Amino acid sequence: MLNYVLSRLLTFVPTFIGVTLISFAFIRVLPGDPIIVMAGERGLTEERYAELSEQFGFDRPIYAQFWDYLTGVLQGDLGNSFVTKRPVWDEFFSLFPATLELSICAMIFAVALGLPAGVIAAVNRGKFFDRALMSTALIGYSMPIFWWALLLIIVFSGNLQWTPVSGRIDLIYYFPDPTGFMLIDSLASGQTGAFASAVRHLVLPTIVLGTIPLAVIARQTRSAMLEVLGEDYIRTARAKGLSPGRINGVHALRNALIPVITVIGLSVGTLLAGAILTETIFSWPGIGKWMVDSIFRRDYPVVQGGLLLIAVMVMIVNLTVDMLYGVINPKIRKR
Amino acid sequence: MDDALAAKAATNEVRPGRLREFWFYFRENRGAVIGLWIFAIFAFLALFGTWLAPHDATAQFRSNTLQPPFWQEGGDWTFPLGTDPLGRDMLSRLIEGARYSFFVGIVVVSIAASGGILVGLIAGFAPKWLDTIIMRIMDIILAFPSLLLALVLVAILGPSLTNAMIAIAIVLQPHYVRLTRASVMSEKPKDYVISARVAGAGRLRQMFITVLPNCLAPIIVQAALSFSTAILDAAALGFLGMGAQPPTPEWGTMLAEAREFILRAWWVVTFPGLAILVTVLAINLMGDGLRDALDPKLKRS
Repeated sequence: MLNYVLSRLLTFVPTFIGVTLISFAFIRVLPGDPIIVMAGERGLTEERYAELSEQFGFDRPIYAQFWDYLTGVLQGDLGNSFVTKRPVWDEFFSLFPATLELSICAMIFAVALGLPAGVIAAVNRGKFFDRALMSTALIGYSMPIFWWALLLIIVFSGNLQWTPVSGRIDLIYYFPDPTGFMLIDSLASGQTGAFASAVRHLVLPTIVLGTIPLAVIARQTRSAMLEVLGEDYIRTARAKGLSPGRINGVHALRNALIPVITVIGLSVGTLLAGAILTETIFSWPGIGKWMVDSIFRRDYPVVQGGLLLIAVMVMIVNLTVDMLYGVINPKIRKR
Repeated sequence: MDDALAAKAATNEVRPGRLREFWFYFRENRGAVIGLWIFAIFAFLALFGTWLAPHDATAQFRSNTLQPPFWQEGGDWTFPLGTDPLGRDMLSRLIEGARYSFFVGIVVVSIAASGGILVGLIAGFAPKWLDTIIMRIMDIILAFPSLLLALVLVAILGPSLTNAMIAIAIVLQPHYVRLTRASVMSEKPKDYVISARVAGAGRLRQMFITVLPNCLAPIIVQAALSFSTAILDAAALGFLGMGAQPPTPEWGTMLAEAREFILRAWWVVTFPGLAILVTVLAINLMGDGLRDALDPKLKRS
């Protein structure tokens, strides 16, 4: 087991260096001189240019720059934003809870609906429920989520006036945010209506972000269940006279869960990509919107640092899923 | 001459056999056949839509801005699906948009698949160290969420439809590399490859003529699936303002332009998105059918 963990960790190192190299290269392959871009329309004097170029290390050889960058990254130094002048690291982690809260809610939504849908479809294979659920799942899987968001806004915010269009909470509420999770903070603040407002803001983005994972989980659960339902031990359980509910719910689902958990873990990347669109549409102040805004503002240190942090996060999650998979399924370890 | 004809006849006999077998399994899946029909209509509109569209896609009818579709009050048959905020005919723009999406799908899949197959074959046949380097590079690309990486690549290259296609192709390519390499790895120890090698087939002949045709089934399925991913991602980039630029009637760009009118004119938002959904759905249906028809494991059961 230890060997397995160590070998997985070892493959992490070259990938990490590669990811760092790509985000390092980003600022250097951009057309135009980053310092002139940063100076903007005002322009700058020769001395100031030399000073800045020294400050950013652009006057040094490229491998020395990369070494500085790599050691900086390992110490949590990703440079400062051109726009706000704050460290990229701090900005990332002050906005991250918003994205995390949205992603967790989306994932709960997806699992809570996707698992039962997959099980029901598998148990009723080929019948009406199966076809209806799987057609719906395929539609969800094919959904352009930015359009789906606009449709939900038209119906629930426009026509029915149930939900707000943007933000995390109504502006009339103000309270400290020790955790960064709006649901928890609004509840802890004790202000009447704050929690309800936070929930109302969260509903539509959760549905939009959860739609594709929901469809993927439903499809995956169905095929995993179908595979398991054909096994001998299910026949044995049936022969023993166990109730269908117990067979499907306990014997089959538990064994079908392994591939499903993998899919859930691996959809973190999908969630982050989806967060870019979802957060932009709902003005959700998280990482996705921050990245898009920074790309448009040409705030290169932010784009560079954000890209790196997001990639590292996806890598860590994938690595964890891989290892958990090894823990659950001993066959994988042996390879 | 006669020999050539006979050879042709012989291949003709073999070819339809395979195709017929494929069609037999594909036809079983009713959804896949429906998907194929929708895709055929989509392809037809993409190729001949310019002559079918009632109006010029960029012509602005200033007196008819935001006219609703014909079945609503204030709408008429001149503009069957209404007009957008600049008075352009929605139907014509949607038909014209099919061409862009089709083009995106074809170009992206061609670049990603040909590049990915080539690199995958090389990785499969290369010595261990080169194989490791190639696969690590693919891991690195896959570590970035695809849309984010495409977005950043477009930011570097400059926003346009061409650059969006290049970016999406780069992001999709690692999937082909992994798939091709995995198939090559499972085919390589088989007897027919060894016998080809013993018979003196060179490295290139082994790669492209002996092994590649036997690896194609999963790649074809992947091609269908990435066709729909390409359309979705290009539309998402267009929607974020990083893909096709206005006034191009690309579906995602149309949605971005229509965003501020969502509460006043539902049709400017609904139709372009519906077009994306129906196209992507049709391709995914086809992809499912292809997988069932080409996957030898499922054929037996």
